[in-house]
Amino acid sequence: MTDLIEVIQNKFPDLVESSHSQCGDQTVVLKKEGLLTVMKYVQHEPSLHFNMLMDLTAVDYWAQLRKPRFDVVYHLYSTTKNHRLRIKVQVSEKECEVDSLTSFWPSANWFEREVWDMFGVKFKGHPNMKRILMYEEFKGHPLRKDYMYNKRQPLVGPVN
Amino acid sequence: MELTAPQKENIQKIEHSNLFTPGFFSSKVSEVVGWARKNSIFQFPMVTACCGMEYMSVACSHYDIDRFGAGFPRFSPRQSDVLFVVGTISHKMAPVMKRIYEQMTEPKWVVAFGVCTCTGGFYDNYATVQGIDTIIPVDVYIPGCPPRPETVIDGLIKLQEKIEHSGFESRPGK
Repeated sequence: MTDLIEVIQNKFPDLVESSHSQCGDQTVVLKKEGLLTVMKYVQHEPSLHFNMLMDLTAVDYWAQLRKPRFDVVYHLYSTTKNHRLRIKVQVSEKECEVDSLTSFWPSANWFEREVWDMFGVKFKGHPNMKRILMYEEFKGHPLRKDYMYNKRQPLVGPVN
Repeated sequence: MELTAPQKENIQKIEHSNLFTPGFFSSKVSEVVGWARKNSIFQFPMVTACCGMEYMSVACSHYDIDRFGAGFPRFSPRQSDVLFVVGTISHKMAPVMKRIYEQMTEPKWVVAFGVCTCTGGFYDNYATVQGIDTIIPVDVYIPGCPPRPETVIDGLIKLQEKIEHSGFESRPGK
């Protein structure tokens, strides 16, 4: 198995924040400003060829009081090389924005809308940055850990 | 046309038999209406979640709710009598369900199928309506996750009893 962490670390020593590998699952934590550069590289470099963005989601570390508060997580897969890579970017609550990957993988479009809907992380350059699951009248972002579990915002009927 | 002798004889026999002896059949119109309505339930299945599988199994030949006159789902609210809300209703779906209910013509009834429609079930969260009776009136609650076909049939029979005794009113007291 290719050591993907090593490849990326050697190519972009300034952009990699940290990395770890567990049970063959390799993860690279990038600096926010390096996201587009690295993503473009791993998509087009023939030996890596990550042609599929399998998942894009976020994690809220509010309860752990971690700063920066959010992780945006990208799961990449190569259908020709049959290898996987997880890339994370840390996002603070104040500058809650990362670059959009819609121009690289079209599947990022709805994933990024979901992350915006659920976590309130914005994506710079997204063609249609609005809610995908919740209704437009909904206030707040329900998967943030400080969204009260019993808060209700019905469109019709009483709050219950 | 002239009748033959044996034909005349036959007619006389029938006229003198018990078949045409004068008598009475008495009933109230409301009872007849109730009887007719309960045996021709046109349902609108509003299927939103996994309960739909169980609904299909009840509707198909094995359990066969056609035996109760309820085997004919209509997919227009204007042609249906009973709204079957089958599955979780989210807050985003709630206005749609309310509108479907309002589009149905009187008399109309509502069945909450499955625990999610009854109370919200285990979806005690930001997205789910905590019981559709907070939005529209419900006549019969069928609990279960999902309900067994026997439970559904029991609920249907209870609905029939309710329809039978509600007379001209679709909803007593309305």
